Amino acid sequence: MRALTWHGKHDVRVETVDDPEILNPRDAIIRITSTAICGSDLHLYDGYIPTMQSGDILGHEFMGEVVETGPKSTLQKGQRVVVPFTISCGSCFHCSKHQYSACDNGLPADNQDIAQAAYGQPMSGLFGYSHMTGGYAGGQAEYVRVPFSDVGPIVIPDGIDDDKVLFLSDILPTGWMAAENAEIEPGDTVAVWGCGPVGLFCVQSAFLMGAERVIAIDHFPRRLELARRFGAETINYEESRTYDALMEITGGIGPDACIDAVGLEAHGFFADNVWDQIKVSTFTGTDRTHSIRQAILACRKGGRVSMPAVYGGFVDKFPLGAFMEKGLTLKTGQTHVQHYMPALLNAIMEGKIDTTFLISHRMPLEQAAEGYRLFHDKQNEVTKIVLKPGMDLAQTA
Amino acid sequence: MGETMTPGRDDAPPGTSKRADRVEDATLSLVEPKGDSLSAKTVTINRPRQALYDYWRALENLPTFMENVERVEAVGDGRYHWVVKAPAGRTVEWIAAITEDRPGEAIGWASEEGADVPNSGRIDFRDAPGGRGTWVTATILYDPPGGVIGKVVAKLFQREPAIQARRDLRRFKQLMETGEIATGARTARQLAEEMD
Ligand SMILES: NC(=O)c1ccc[n+]([C@@H]2O[C@H](COP(=O)([O-])OP(=O)(O)OC[C@H]3O[C@@H](n4cnc5c(N)ncnc54)[C@H](O)[C@@H]3O)[C@@H](O)[C@H]2O)c1
Ligand SMILES: [Zn+2]
Ligand SMILES: [Zn+2]
Repeated sequence: MRALTWHGKHDVRVETVDDPEILNPRDAIIRITSTAICGSDLHLYDGYIPTMQSGDILGHEFMGEVVETGPKSTLQKGQRVVVPFTISCGSCFHCSKHQYSACDNGLPADNQDIAQAAYGQPMSGLFGYSHMTGGYAGGQAEYVRVPFSDVGPIVIPDGIDDDKVLFLSDILPTGWMAAENAEIEPGDTVAVWGCGPVGLFCVQSAFLMGAERVIAIDHFPRRLELARRFGAETINYEESRTYDALMEITGGIGPDACIDAVGLEAHGFFADNVWDQIKVSTFTGTDRTHSIRQAILACRKGGRVSMPAVYGGFVDKFPLGAFMEKGLTLKTGQTHVQHYMPALLNAIMEGKIDTTFLISHRMPLEQAAEGYRLFHDKQNEVTKIVLKPGMDLAQTA
Repeated sequence: MGETMTPGRDDAPPGTSKRADRVEDATLSLVEPKGDSLSAKTVTINRPRQALYDYWRALENLPTFMENVERVEAVGDGRYHWVVKAPAGRTVEWIAAITEDRPGEAIGWASEEGADVPNSGRIDFRDAPGGRGTWVTATILYDPPGGVIGKVVAKLFQREPAIQARRDLRRFKQLMETGEIATGARTARQLAEEMD
């Protein structure tokens, strides 16, 4: 099959590799029809994430058609499915509490050591995101092996476009869970740092959950414009001082809930320097945690901070004093995708949530390497690139 | 103060103790202790005690989740022939006898005279609190081949028994909770290479 493979910093290629096979009873093989490049894939592209190996297949946002099933899979050939980016077993203690991203069994036993050393306990596996997260081949390919196919993938009814449901795999549930974690009450003002895909879905979700006002913060004009389309007020942090602007906009009270959708690193679990910190226990402290600091300082007393943004390891200058004195609540975590998929699929089918606005580019899989370059160089214009393995090159023009 | 206040003693399991005498206590919990290097490890498995005991008690099953155990064969009288992978493509073998067998609770074993690597161990199954399944504790005592040096070499090969036990317990948990053992491989060939 053809697949987008990683070979080093700024070196990804579409190559011919062996097709995936059913290896475990609960596996299924999916023929990919749509797969997105995620902002966090750029961190792999930039070479920030350790434990990558030459030839690794990337991609964790994908959907397609079931073409093969293991004896314990509940899927049927021909079904269309969206696959969650988290690989979770569905039967451990955490999965039974719907804390899917905390699954005990998603990572191969040998790969659990690193996560255990870093976090105290191992987390779920992820598709296409280095060997620390399991070494699973990703979905920027013609085919993918999906473990635990009886609990992960959600079946999509016929007649609904890929583009409408693809983002159930990651960023839509992530934006939704972040808004849920903000515990929005009627009349609330919610501030969202970052208008990438996650932030933009936070904006939509916050309004659906009853927020009266949503204030979106970024510096890319096109992304701020998209936030405005959903009814958000905006702050361009290159033109205004974020804290001062928020205080003025909220009459000096501060937002009731603050959502940090910026982050230090993407999904990756690991900032570039974290692995070394674990190894040698020297705390060099990164100073890139601006958005979470701002969120804590701006938040109203007794308010809620929600942090879908991914942080790697240790952070310096975390305003623990402000956090304590103001009595804030912080909720965070990798998304429990499987938990949110069914309700969000319904919301899409009922037309309550629109996801297609996000897609700025559609390309054949063969052009994936160009897609990475484009996304990397033009963050204002490119909000989301969707790769379509079956797509005709001629269609792209 | 009464006897209940023993200074310096806590409720942590002996396998985690910094004190030599507690490690000795743990060693004595083995019916026929063999070896001088102790490792103990507990994992919670979301399944009933008896089911876990039953699978483990069929010792022939052990290679399904113990990566470095090539095979275990019954040779009669509660004795088993173990063939275990060692560094540099070698194998080590021994005959071990079941020294303790309490259905649903515990299994103990000890190698007989002449073992390549004298070892003994026990596996305990206890109800986890709050209906969360079973606590499975593996306690293994062994003579590292070549003493301290052997241990260092074994570590390089990731066959050091404490690491091996931790990973094997995780695989046992996966098999019991999910019916399979997670792998990041894409093809059968990659999977076979990983198992080597
Ligand atoms: N929790 C999860 O499971 C999960 C899932 C998906 C993504 N994420 C994380 O969510 C975060 C956002 O993802 P994304 O794909 O939308 O990323 P993105 O990079 O596309 O968007 C981040 C946006 O933040 C803006 N930004 C940067 N600094 C800022 C600042 N100081 N104030 C305000 N805005 C600022 C950038 O201009 C950019 O538009 C990332 O950390 C990502 O890893 C988490
Ligand atoms: Zn993503
Ligand atoms: Zn699980």
